[in-house]
Amino acid sequence: MNRAALESVIQGSVDRHRGKPGPLLVILHDLQAQWGYVPDEAVPLLAEALTLTRAEIHGVISFYHDFRTTPGGRHQVQVCRAEACQAQGGRQLEAAVREHLGIDWHDTSADGMVTLEPVYCLGNCATGPAVRIDDAILGRVTPDRMRTLLDDLQREPVNISGLMTEAPHG
Amino acid sequence: MAEVRTIYVPNDTTAQSLGAEDVARQIGRALGEQQADIRLVRNGSRGACWLEPLVEVETDSGRVAYGPVSPDDVPGLLAAGLLEARPDHALYLGPTDEIPWLQKQQRVTFSRAGIIDPVSLDDYQAHGGFAGLEKALAMSPRQLVDEVTASGLRGRGGAAFPAGIKWNTVLEASADNPGNPQSGRKFIVCNADEGDSGTFADRLVMEADPYLLIEGMIIAGLAVGAEYGFIYLRSEYPIALQRLNEAIERAEAESWLGSDIRGSGKHFHLEVRLGAGAYICGEETSLLDSLEGKRGMVRPKPPLPALKGAFGQPTVVNNVLTLAAVPWIVEHGGAAYAGYGQGRSLGTLPFQLAGNIRRGGLVELAFGATLRELVEDFGGGTLTGRPMKAIQAGGPLGAYMPESQWDTPLDYEAFTEAGAVLGHGGIVVFDDTVDMAQQARFAMEFCVVESCGKCTPCRIGSVRGVEVIDRIIDNVNRTSNLALLDELCDTMEYGSLCAMGGMTPNPVRSAVRHFPEAFEPSSNASAGAA
Repeated sequence: MNRAALESVIQGSVDRHRGKPGPLLVILHDLQAQWGYVPDEAVPLLAEALTLTRAEIHGVISFYHDFRTTPGGRHQVQVCRAEACQAQGGRQLEAAVREHLGIDWHDTSADGMVTLEPVYCLGNCATGPAVRIDDAILGRVTPDRMRTLLDDLQREPVNISGLMTEAPHG
Repeated sequence: MAEVRTIYVPNDTTAQSLGAEDVARQIGRALGEQQADIRLVRNGSRGACWLEPLVEVETDSGRVAYGPVSPDDVPGLLAAGLLEARPDHALYLGPTDEIPWLQKQQRVTFSRAGIIDPVSLDDYQAHGGFAGLEKALAMSPRQLVDEVTASGLRGRGGAAFPAGIKWNTVLEASADNPGNPQSGRKFIVCNADEGDSGTFADRLVMEADPYLLIEGMIIAGLAVGAEYGFIYLRSEYPIALQRLNEAIERAEAESWLGSDIRGSGKHFHLEVRLGAGAYICGEETSLLDSLEGKRGMVRPKPPLPALKGAFGQPTVVNNVLTLAAVPWIVEHGGAAYAGYGQGRSLGTLPFQLAGNIRRGGLVELAFGATLRELVEDFGGGTLTGRPMKAIQAGGPLGAYMPESQWDTPLDYEAFTEAGAVLGHGGIVVFDDTVDMAQQARFAMEFCVVESCGKCTPCRIGSVRGVEVIDRIIDNVNRTSNLALLDELCDTMEYGSLCAMGGMTPNPVRSAVRHFPEAFEPSSNASAGAA
């Protein structure tokens, strides 16, 4: 990570949210949106900019499931593990995804295309099992459809919103 | 044929998750090709998830519906006269208002959801929006608090604490806090961290009728003397985030938010803050720490957030549904709202039918109907067609209820008496293939993942809980491990700082009590696949 670029992004975010009380989470979301993770080098810079300790910054980053400290895959795939999805075949879907990608939760596929994360409820509980691919939430996802979606993701860059709608559903 | 003016294709998460974007694109293309003088409006959702995407066609005699419309259905629908509102297609449902599933509901909070374009201020006002706020601007804080108290409204997030009492505490609290940069301020914080599995009513408010929440928050601010509000929104809701921000921007542009609201001299500033994937932040004190940019650790109470809440100042923390009920209460009066419901459970509750259910979605009803009416009459049984076996009400910390309890009235006290939780109104149905021992194990596992770690019974107890249940499933010292599990549940229930550790025993114990056969050695042998 280029230090000058890092400093400029952090400073930009800090300036943008100046005047907001308790802005650390807001700024971390900015950084994660920029790079897909919060680099370790950002911690002392954030501490200085916000007059907090490095321990406090690290403590916040490590508390929340959303924040990564290493780069993830090109696409973030979240599979809902919560009860309403379990009731609709979610456990079978979880198993199918892990087997198809050959990775476990929090891991990234060898080609760097997909990072797999569990999620506990996407609020799509009447039409599960639910999956989120980047910012698109999908419903009634069967293991077969999921395997096709994953294969598509692992090929070349795909348009997620197009992907969301071209896939068969129901 | 009736003249068609408008076509509606919903854009809430559920409709989008089932292809609504593609449906809208295809219909838009057809309208362009025919040069038809018909508007295509993206509405929210009426909450009939089982019919999504629910396409509606408005004629001079009302709206007719088609659903569920998959992208593959659109060419056939267009050929069968969708744009003329013809009934000649298998997906034709007739007039939307006459769909029994919708018609039998008592829509108070959700009266506008799915009917309007969610971010159109004109639509909002044309359908009665801001009537409560207009009235509130002419009322005193005391009158507003008294109205909410008279309504009997209780916190809809799950704890069911009377909203009027909370508001009154904040109204009477002093905001003087020498040394605190926020001294002099009070806050309204909306808890939109709807993490309970099986719940999506908050999301639906924010996606289908966001001005309703904004209006409720402004009124809360007027009632307690707060000029700043935060919506703490979970990051799992990207569409709600986008819609709230757009609604706030438009409301500010039209002076419904910000300084000097509609020339009244009153102010209210609103900001959405995004969570970061921690379930515990739905607990109000943990939410406040997170809002302040810290780890979302639970705070001991007292001090009450009403006295020392966000940034150390007096704060109303209310759930989305609580705040969304307020405009109606102010417009129609607390007594009118209290006319719904029974006993100490007054008003309506938006129930959410989820899981393995044929007709799932949002069902708003006055308190008092039974669970069975909800899952059978509205829900129509399971989607798989198999017998229903267990219902988990009230989210992941709620009990699993067997059929013998399904005639329990939907009422806070009746549920408590049955050892269950009504909570945020989530109802998750399981068919007879469910392995209840695995469900009990998952409850502990979820607590391991989501505990904030501050207190030992929750942080360590949940880890031990998974281990003990695994030994029971493996039939290792079964009897003594069942007794150990019971003791562990006692420790968590009585020793935890908040509901996370304190209520995780609910699903575990109810599974053991009501479905003991699932914990028998014989049944475990066949349950390995779950």
